[in-house]
Amino acid sequence: MSTPTSSSLGKDAWDRLLANKMAMASLILLLLISILCMLGPVLSSHSFDQQNLDEVFQSPSFAHPFGTDNLGRDLFARTTYGGRISLMVGLLATLVSLLIGVTYGMVSGYAGGRLDAWMMRFVDVLYSLPFIIFVILLMVLFGRNFLLLFLAIGAVEWLTMARITRAQTLSLKRAEFIEAARALGYSHSRILFRHLLPNLIGPIIIYATLTVPAVMLLEAALSFLGLGVQAPMSSWGSLIQEGAEKMDAAPWLLLFPGSFFCLTLFALNFIGDGLRDALDPKHSKN
Amino acid sequence: MGDLSIENLHVGFPSREGIVRAVDGINLSINSGEIVGLVGESGSGKSVTCNSILQLLPSPPAQFGAGKIDWSGKNLLSQTEPSLQKIRGKEISMIFQDPMSSLNPYMTVLDQVAEPLVIHKICDWAEAKIKAKEILQKVGVTHVLKHPHSYPHEYSGGMRQRAMIAMALITKPNLLLADEPTTALDVTVQAKVLKILKELCLDLQVSVLFVSHDLGLVAELADRVVVMYRGKVVEENETQSIFRNPQHPYVKALIACRPTLESPKDYLPTVEDFMGETVEIQPSSSVHTLPKKNQDRSLPLLEAKKLVVQFHTDEGPLLAVDHVDLSIEYGKTLGLVGESGSGKTTLGRSILHLIKPTEGEIRFQGKIIGTDSFAKRNSLRKSMQIIFQDPYASLNPRLTIEQTLVEPMIVHQIGKSKNERLEKAIALLHEVGLGEEHLYRYPHEFSGGQRQRICVARALTTEPEFIVCDECVSAMDVSVQAQVLNLLKSLQRSRGLTYLFISHDLSVVKFMSDHIAVMQNGRVIENGPAEQIYNQPKESYTRKLIDAIPRANRSLNLTF
Amino acid sequence: MTRFAPGGPFDSEKAIPEEIKIKLQSHFGLDRPLFDQYLLYLKNLLQGDLGPSFKYPEWNVSELIATAFPVSLTLGALSLTIALLLGIPVGMIAALKRNTWMDYLPMSLTMAGICLPTFVLGPFLIYGLSTQLGLFPPLGWYGPSDWFLPSLTLGLFYAAYIARLTRAGMLETLQQEYIKTAKAKGATPWRILTKHAARGGLLPVMTFLGPAFAGLISGSFVIESIFFIPGLGKFFVTAAFNRDYTMVLGTVLFYATLIIFLNLFVDLVQAWLDPKSRQSK
Repeated sequence: MSTPTSSSLGKDAWDRLLANKMAMASLILLLLISILCMLGPVLSSHSFDQQNLDEVFQSPSFAHPFGTDNLGRDLFARTTYGGRISLMVGLLATLVSLLIGVTYGMVSGYAGGRLDAWMMRFVDVLYSLPFIIFVILLMVLFGRNFLLLFLAIGAVEWLTMARITRAQTLSLKRAEFIEAARALGYSHSRILFRHLLPNLIGPIIIYATLTVPAVMLLEAALSFLGLGVQAPMSSWGSLIQEGAEKMDAAPWLLLFPGSFFCLTLFALNFIGDGLRDALDPKHSKN
Repeated sequence: MGDLSIENLHVGFPSREGIVRAVDGINLSINSGEIVGLVGESGSGKSVTCNSILQLLPSPPAQFGAGKIDWSGKNLLSQTEPSLQKIRGKEISMIFQDPMSSLNPYMTVLDQVAEPLVIHKICDWAEAKIKAKEILQKVGVTHVLKHPHSYPHEYSGGMRQRAMIAMALITKPNLLLADEPTTALDVTVQAKVLKILKELCLDLQVSVLFVSHDLGLVAELADRVVVMYRGKVVEENETQSIFRNPQHPYVKALIACRPTLESPKDYLPTVEDFMGETVEIQPSSSVHTLPKKNQDRSLPLLEAKKLVVQFHTDEGPLLAVDHVDLSIEYGKTLGLVGESGSGKTTLGRSILHLIKPTEGEIRFQGKIIGTDSFAKRNSLRKSMQIIFQDPYASLNPRLTIEQTLVEPMIVHQIGKSKNERLEKAIALLHEVGLGEEHLYRYPHEFSGGQRQRICVARALTTEPEFIVCDECVSAMDVSVQAQVLNLLKSLQRSRGLTYLFISHDLSVVKFMSDHIAVMQNGRVIENGPAEQIYNQPKESYTRKLIDAIPRANRSLNLTF
Repeated sequence: MTRFAPGGPFDSEKAIPEEIKIKLQSHFGLDRPLFDQYLLYLKNLLQGDLGPSFKYPEWNVSELIATAFPVSLTLGALSLTIALLLGIPVGMIAALKRNTWMDYLPMSLTMAGICLPTFVLGPFLIYGLSTQLGLFPPLGWYGPSDWFLPSLTLGLFYAAYIARLTRAGMLETLQQEYIKTAKAKGATPWRILTKHAARGGLLPVMTFLGPAFAGLISGSFVIESIFFIPGLGKFFVTAAFNRDYTMVLGTVLFYATLIIFLNLFVDLVQAWLDPKSRQSK
């Protein structure tokens, strides 16, 4: 099966994205942050969990560019290490939500009828549950567990993905080219994977980009409540929580992880918006 | 008071390739009490002209060049927004094409009709509502009298358009701009709405600018006709004269290429024939495959007996297709005509088993289809194909033309090698009047007419014997429509194809078909040879359908 | 469900005093079979009795909820008010003045509002407005002066989100044909906005209210923990930490009921706004 590697629709979209300054700046910023988080723990002469009680609460200096915390741990090492975890949780949980959401949405939309109605009713019900309660319940049931954390988050975030995929599938299913495919005797799997899925990819990419920050936010909120990553490991959420507690004594403890976190969210949201404008010119702002 | 004159109007829209001149220096005047028809095909600039008058085009992107629109001494192009607001809805009113989206779904119909009186401080709400009820009664929207709190979604398209007319005329304006006001309506509804529009305008002495793509329609209504082509006015004259003695070749073509109930059955003149542009769409006779000989041709190719399709809706079961019997002979065309909601599309789909029939049987070449396994039905898919209404939606935007044409051959194992399939794809493209150079392009690079040709080519990949054409020219301009109809006709001759030709347009159906079936409310109410249906309809509904077709020749007593 | 959690009720790391154990046992009939225990719990539930807390056995779960919920309710209601009062006008202005600074500036701010999580914004607001300027008390929940900071922190995020939804909804609506009809009638821009566009444009915001209620509840967990507010969220999180099963179960049940009612309310509001959905009901 030969799928075109660059359809001219794709190229048009890419051109539009390149022309979007905000999105390109965000992309570069995100790349820089990712590289820093990859290399940071390696570059730094301090390890993220190395305590040094002689150097507690040091403000940023040459030896400790981001300062140190109450146990004398280097904040630069901790922030970049925490970034790894936050970004990883963001990506993995998005992947989980992508797999569940796209499959669920496509099946629901393509099947239609009563099955669709029930499947979407289920999503509606889950939608209006405050998910932190669900996650907390899971944590209570199974104990705190890193793997469980992003499984739980992924399981939470798939809802919107399922809705979007389903809505797109529904409207595409009624499109005459899908009917033409049926009239030509194509099998369901051929229609689903060769004709439906490629036309769904635009919205899926857009929403996946917007899911990453949502997931990171949820992870950070859980870590902030003490339900996420456990010491001595760190994520941006847990660092922000430590920083918030000790803000009066050492504001940089909140400032650095906080701004890294916010900048990443900012960048991801702008990239998502840029992709939406690029892939879906009808709904773009201009 | 009440004279509009447009002088040298230019309207442009910026695009990647520079500024597109949608309206390119036109002059147009409307005297008070006059009905002027503005006719053109899509992209001719007629709608842009109409919307420019009340400055309803979003600007930017629209750019206005030199020129002016003079309305009782004021240049509308240079008025401030507040002074335009005083003119809009009071001196000049407007109605739009789509009655489904032109009324506010969150406001009661009565309030919307009454609102112009309040906006222009003619009277207060209480009095405005009384006046609104009066005028709504005049246009025949009586539902509102009993249900003053009803919303637009409770009304049919025709009723909504009547309400739009009431809303536009409640302030007794001097000029009414009507932008394709009946295009979205069924013919019988269109006839009623037009009648009301004309009577009310004469009654209130409102002059009208009536914009339409349909020359026949304009002929029934207008005193004077202005024809636009690519942003320019190509001809302007009294309605009688323009039909009796068209000057410009484009206007001649436009009059000739629309199938009428009387037109000959083989070939429609196209714009190219008149404009002297070259065409190469005669299918080469070498390509066609002759009809298979080993079939018993005494039986009909396709037969449907007591076909029923039932849908489940919120209001209970709905019989979309209600015990329909049909049969189509080899190499003939059955025309299926009906208004929206008559079930004609559902019938077409159910014959192909794209929608599963609830009851009844369908025989194709004498064999019952539908009850057998997927694989057998799949081989039937090879012999039965469909062409859809919207050529923009019926091609997968992410596949090249080559992929679109080769895929069915792969699925049905037609052609032994890649090269053989490719050659066949090229041959098909030639057959529908396209060329090899189009093979590696994507659908969005083609015009609507070209896309429909590609759809025809795709339907032919599996060498079908039977094709359902579902409103396949309805979305097209008449000039493009003529080309596609000619193509279908010549393919039928060369390949011996059998068509089920579905359309709401009786004159197109009449041109294409040997037999005609008329559908109403899910039933086939009349069925017979095309000439007979047209000349001696048995049912009054059929008569109504025929009478509702706007015809220049009838209203002008012309003979062609 | 919590019954099967690892580290079951009594062999937990946190030793339970003998007297509590007896009280719990008698209340839940723990000496009886599992199914009977379940029936007993249901029976008590129907009478509004959620049983005593594992952690604070002198308190009944229902009593705990009754004291803590009004606090959370005040916080949530105030935040939502701030969010709607701020978000809707900002979104409307941005949509009307599209592609001008009155669009770009507020929309950049709302993007910042969405990217600045409450747990970053909250501490900064405390630091700036309380510690440095001394305008508001930083922590606790004693009187109306304590209400402002937490509600603002929670409300700003939703204000940002609602502003963006409003703008998108209004832009979509302003492109509809019926807006052109209204313009052709001679309606002023203000009239078009308030009479014709507002209802359709605000529909997405109303649809968002359901998830927003859920989000406000989740958000209250974080806010109550930042500002040390004795609300239901704080109780719930503490209960989860302490494996206070009766409390967790009781709170979840309470939240579930609450959400059902809130969603009912959202449905009613939507029906009021949208005549089409009104008819189908």
